[in-house]
Parts: sequence; structure tokens; C-alpha cells
Amino acid sequence: MSLERPDTVDDGAVERTPDELEALLGDLVVDRDDHLNAPGFVIRPDTVQETLSILKQQAGYDHLSVVSAQEYENRYESIYHLKKYDDPTQEVSVVVPADKDNPVSETAEPVFRTADWHEREAYDLIGVEYEGHPDLRRILLPETWQGHPLSMDYDKDRPQIATLPEHANPLEEHHKDAESDTMFLNIGPHHPATHGVLHLKTVLDGEQVVDVEPDIGYLHRSEEQMAQSGTYRHQIMPYPDRWDYISAGLLNEWAYARAAEDLADIEVPEYAQVIRTMGAEMCRIAAHMLALATFALDINGDFTATFMYAINDRERVQNLLEDLTGQRLMFNYFRLGGVVWDLPEPREEFFSKTRDFLDHLPESVEEYHNLITSNEIFQMRTIDTGILPPEVAKNYGATGPVARGSGVDYDLRRDDPYGYYDELDWDVVTEEGCDNFSRLLVRMREVEESAKIIEQCVDLLEDWPEDERNIQANVPRTLRPDDDTEIYRAVEGAKGELGIYIRADGTDKPARFKIRSPCFSNLQTLPEMANGEYIPDVIAALGSLDVVLGEVDR
Amino acid sequence: MSSDQPFITDESQVVTETRDARMTGQGDRFNSRLREAFGSSPFILTKFDKFLNWCRGSSMFMLQFGIACCSIEMMHTYAVKHDLDRFGSGVPRASPRQADVMIVPGTIVSKFAPRMKRVYDQMPEPKFVVGMGSCTISGGPFQEGYNVIKGAEEVIPIDIHVPGCPPRPEALVYGVVKLQERVANGEAAPVTVKPYELEEFSDLERDELVDKLTDQIDDDELVMRYNFADSP
Repeated sequence: MSLERPDTVDDGAVERTPDELEALLGDLVVDRDDHLNAPGFVIRPDTVQETLSILKQQAGYDHLSVVSAQEYENRYESIYHLKKYDDPTQEVSVVVPADKDNPVSETAEPVFRTADWHEREAYDLIGVEYEGHPDLRRILLPETWQGHPLSMDYDKDRPQIATLPEHANPLEEHHKDAESDTMFLNIGPHHPATHGVLHLKTVLDGEQVVDVEPDIGYLHRSEEQMAQSGTYRHQIMPYPDRWDYISAGLLNEWAYARAAEDLADIEVPEYAQVIRTMGAEMCRIAAHMLALATFALDINGDFTATFMYAINDRERVQNLLEDLTGQRLMFNYFRLGGVVWDLPEPREEFFSKTRDFLDHLPESVEEYHNLITSNEIFQMRTIDTGILPPEVAKNYGATGPVARGSGVDYDLRRDDPYGYYDELDWDVVTEEGCDNFSRLLVRMREVEESAKIIEQCVDLLEDWPEDERNIQANVPRTLRPDDDTEIYRAVEGAKGELGIYIRADGTDKPARFKIRSPCFSNLQTLPEMANGEYIPDVIAALGSLDVVLGEVDR
Repeated sequence: MSSDQPFITDESQVVTETRDARMTGQGDRFNSRLREAFGSSPFILTKFDKFLNWCRGSSMFMLQFGIACCSIEMMHTYAVKHDLDRFGSGVPRASPRQADVMIVPGTIVSKFAPRMKRVYDQMPEPKFVVGMGSCTISGGPFQEGYNVIKGAEEVIPIDIHVPGCPPRPEALVYGVVKLQERVANGEAAPVTVKPYELEEFSDLERDELVDKLTDQIDDDELVMRYNFADSP
């Protein structure tokens, strides 16, 4: 699977300066276009694979976070944001300009498998064509869509036609391959096991899955366009809540806040960082509880006990979040430079409620272990099914609990510290099993780690001197980051690395706002886990990936 | 009944005993307050339609249909604490063919609208729709999006709108109970304008766009045409 040749692999930990990297790439680099987060090397559009494989194999940049494409007045541009799984603070951007009239650029798919979907998305929304791409079709919009919506001359009032390909009789001739005797099966887009509006095109041989192809875009709400038409200061912040809407709102808000704060050089007061850290971890608990609940639903079927138990615990943590932010689900609590308001008064009551919740948590986790992880039937369904080896996970850019369930020790809270995480005592959870069970275990153990973090934050907040409770830095009323500054910043969302790429053009709105969704990359691994397995294992694998379609489609 | 006649029941005796028990108050477990109101008569007089509407409103089967953010609050509405089942409407059915009510919980985008229309069409009559959240009213926060249908009512008729982004579970419970009230009172669904219909590709009016797509789409394939310029 992997293209890496062991004899040429460099030690990933070795850090090279931008000039050393430039020397390594030699003639491939035609120009420099540094971003705030990383050095940027401009290369010719026909040397993409060569450049990326040198960086991957000789310099150890083994994680392609995202491909962000955009259109300028005089050219198209694709940016490959690379990092290392061992040390995500070492970043490099590969900038590939393409001709304005004929935007063709070489595909990176043979080097990084994850580029497949990312480039399809860039083709769909921007219109850059990737030469040599195995399957360059639209991914988010209907295949009959006219125009590329994030390109410059797009008219959003033009009429469009979407088709409803009949979900026809699976035994019909064109669904059947006479030689292999397979059968075609549609799962979704309306199906209880797909966690939203995901469509799986599945080919079966008997009960075994020969091929599964996720078909996404049923919830593509033009999030990037919405962010590009809002001003930095206040108009963008409500949208992140709606990407990963499983109560992970604060985690998403942090992704935008971190990118925009670094872009506009805003320093967040320490007190606000502690509140942010606490709120974000509450969100993580809520999100993992739902992952657990729906996973148990997928395995056990119907609305059963585990689901109710987990929803009950979610209600508890949602009550805390509602006390803190004023909303149950769409918090809109972060502001650039801090948070919108201080902890609710009386503070003691909030603290004691939080402590009650934390005291109760070990008992419920114990209950979940009794209910699910120690259940033999559950174990038979999940252990050694949906195998995702670590090299494959890395090749697909998997992050979060999916990567950590495959033993990839990668957590941005620790590896690329932000907020107050590096001051606190907690551990990154990894499991070596690489199967559905491991991914569930990672989530359950992460809940306990989050509880540890919240507890320490509560201790800190309780003792915080009253006259130093500064929740908000001084931020100009209108933010206008400098023209042509670019940044990519990521945080550890509930599902993995949630990153934002922003290009500022000197106005109060971003010129390009690209969301790196962890679920988008994670979902791409599904065929690797599902092919050759039975149908119920596909459902289990999908449940263990814990995708949120709002974040996959954006 | 005596033990030497295990399988034979004297019907007249049962009826008599039941009536006696009812009148003397021995069989308390049969005596609800409704029973008291009716007196000793086991009959009530009503219109058949009225009775049927009352039945419909009192037992609604919901379609288990998650789209976007609102579906999370919808799950909370079904689950513990809010427990929609208290109101006789908390049985989520996975198949549209077994459901009476569809809660539309989220943003409808161009790729999904034909599928939602198809799911709606598969539900048996009489069927009702609760639109949950701002997106189903107008497109909500995503109204300006290039890919977003500006309200579910452009595709299917909606009986009750529950505003909010997302509405709290209490709000959804209120909306569903309101729907049940209306159904029980026999109020009809509003007639709505539905600009976006599923139709065969060959039935579309010919214009530049249709001409361009003739190679890609078969004549008998179902399509939905969006005239975004005419959307509210």
C-alpha cells in the first residue's frame, strides 16, 4: 500500500530549516511563497508527484492535511499542506499554480492516497483539473451541476438540474456483473445506520462486500462560501458550530478562533484560555457520548438501553454547557481574543454542578463497560473487524480517535499545543488493535481524560484572583489582516484534526476560507476497512468512524 | 368458569358478571374516569370521521429521518428526559412506508431534495410533515448558499413549522403536539406552492441548460430543476 521504501526513509524527527528543504528540492522550487505557519515552495504543475515524494520519503512529511485550491485574477492555485505525524509543528506548504485558461495540475494521488478526495473537491468547487487522477468526478455537488461555485465568475442564480438516479431493482442487468455474480446495493442516503445523509454504493458477493464507495454531498451547505462572505470579527463564528454539530461546537469555534487569532496576531488572556479549554473538553465528552450511543445502536439495533444511558449523560453535560454559554447545541461562545462572557453567577453553583457531573462520570463509564465493552456479542461484532493498519491510516490522512485506535500517537492538543493544554496533566490515549473495538475504547478512555482536564480547569478557575479575570483581549472593531497573508491552523476537534486555511486580501472578509474536516479524510478510509468483510461489519466500521455529515460535506 | 369445562365460556354469563362488577364497583380496574363519564353504557355516539381523526392524532408514527444539526435535538426529543412518547408520538420508524409523520430536521441541499421528495412520496396517506428549524423555513443561516434550497416547502408541503436554530426539544415537542391537535380536529394541511417537482427529464421545457445536459441524462430519468433566481 505505502510507497515508502524503508532504505530511503528519513528519521521524521529531524527538523530541517526552510533553506535546507529548498536545497533538498533543488530545481523543483521555482519560487518561495511563505505562509504564516510554514514555508511555502512554489513548483511547476507537472512536478507535483516528484516534489511530494521527496518531501514524504526523504524529509519525513508523511501527513497531507489538506489540499486547498483557489482562483486568483491571473491563475489558479492548489496548496498541499504537509506535516509530520511525529511532530505536526513541522509544516511545509507546496504551492502549485495552474494556468488561468487551462487549469491543469498533476495529481498527488499516487503519493498520498488522501489526495483523491481532496482533489475531487477542488475540482468540484474551484475547477482545477488534476491530470492522472484516477476518478476525477464531482464529489459534493450533483454530477449534472453547471459551473464551479467557488470560482470567480460563478453566477449562483443560474438554474440547475439534479437527478434522482433510480434506486432500481438490484437484480437488474446493469447492476449485475455476469461473471462474478455480484449484486449492487444502495445504503442511504436516508438510512438509520448512515448517521445522517450518507450514501454507500455497495457491491456484494453473497453476503460479503466486494466494493463500497461512499457518495457524499447530501449536506453540502456551502459553508466555505458562507465564511467567505462574513466578516472576521463576528459574522463567521456562528458557522463553525454547524460543521460538526454533535455538540462539538466549542471545539470547532476554536479552530476558527485559532486560525484568525494567529492571522491577526491577537493574544488571548490566560483566564479565557482556561475557560475555553474547559468548555471544549465538555464538548468532547458530549460528542464522544453520542458516538458511543449511536455505535451501540448500530451494533445492537433499535433504540435501546445504551443509547438512552448515553443520551442521559449527554443531557447532563449539555446542561453544564447551557449554563456556560446560554445554548444547548449552537454555542457561539468564543470571540476572537477570548470568550463572550465569564462563568455564570453564582460561580460556586456552576463549579459544584460541574464537580457533581465529574463525580458521577466514572460510575457511568463503568456502566458502559458493563453494558457494551464486556458484552461478548458486542466483542464478537467489533474485535478484529474493520481493520485499519497504521500505515494505511496515515496514507489517508486519518486523525483523531480513528488514527489513535490504530496506534498512531497523534493528538494536536499535545503535539501542537494551544489553549491551556500544555499546562495540564493528562494523557493521549492510543490503542493498538486497529479495529472497531479499539476506536470505541479510545473514545471511552478519552472521556475520562477529558474529565481530568475539566477537573483541573475547575480547580484553576476557582482560585483565579477576582481582579485578573480577563475574558477578552483588545481586538480592533474591524479586523483587516494584511493583504496576501495565508495561514493554516488546526486544532484537535472531536473527530480529529480540524484545520482552517485562510487567505487574507486586506479586506475585512477572508478571500479564501478552506475547512479541513477530519471526517472527510476519515470517511475515505471506509473502503479499506470494509472491502472483503460482511455487510454488518461495514455498518460497524462506519459507526466506529463516527462521521458527521455536516462536517464531511461542509 | 368451572374446571370441568376448560374451553367453553358462557358468554351471557361473562357479560352479566362484567356488568354486575361494573355497577357494584368490584372491578375497579375497568373503571376509568372516562368510564364514569359515560355511565354504565358501553356505547358512545360520535361521527366516524371524528373518531378516526382522534385515533390518528393520538398515535403518530414518526419517520426516523436525520438530516443535519436539528436531528441531534430530534434524537434528544425521542430519548430520555424529553421523551416524545409521552404524547403518543414517539415511535420512530425506519421505513417511510410505516410512518405518518415526517420531521424534516435540517438543511435541504440540491442533491438531497429529490431524495427527500422520494421519501415523502413513499409515505402512505394521510401523512403530515413537521418542519424543524430555520433551514426548513427559509434556508436559515445558509440561505445565501449556492447549493441550498430555501426552505423545505419548496419541495414538500409542511403542516407545522418549528422555528429555531436548532429548536430546543421542548419546542419540537410543542410543535408535534400542535400537529396532533390539528390532526385530531381534522384540520387539513395547507396547500403550498411547490416550485420544485420531480419530473422526467424529457418533460422539462427545453432551454439552454436542458440542451446542454441531454447527453448526460436519460430521457426517462427523474430530475428536479432549481430556478434559484425565482426563489424567495
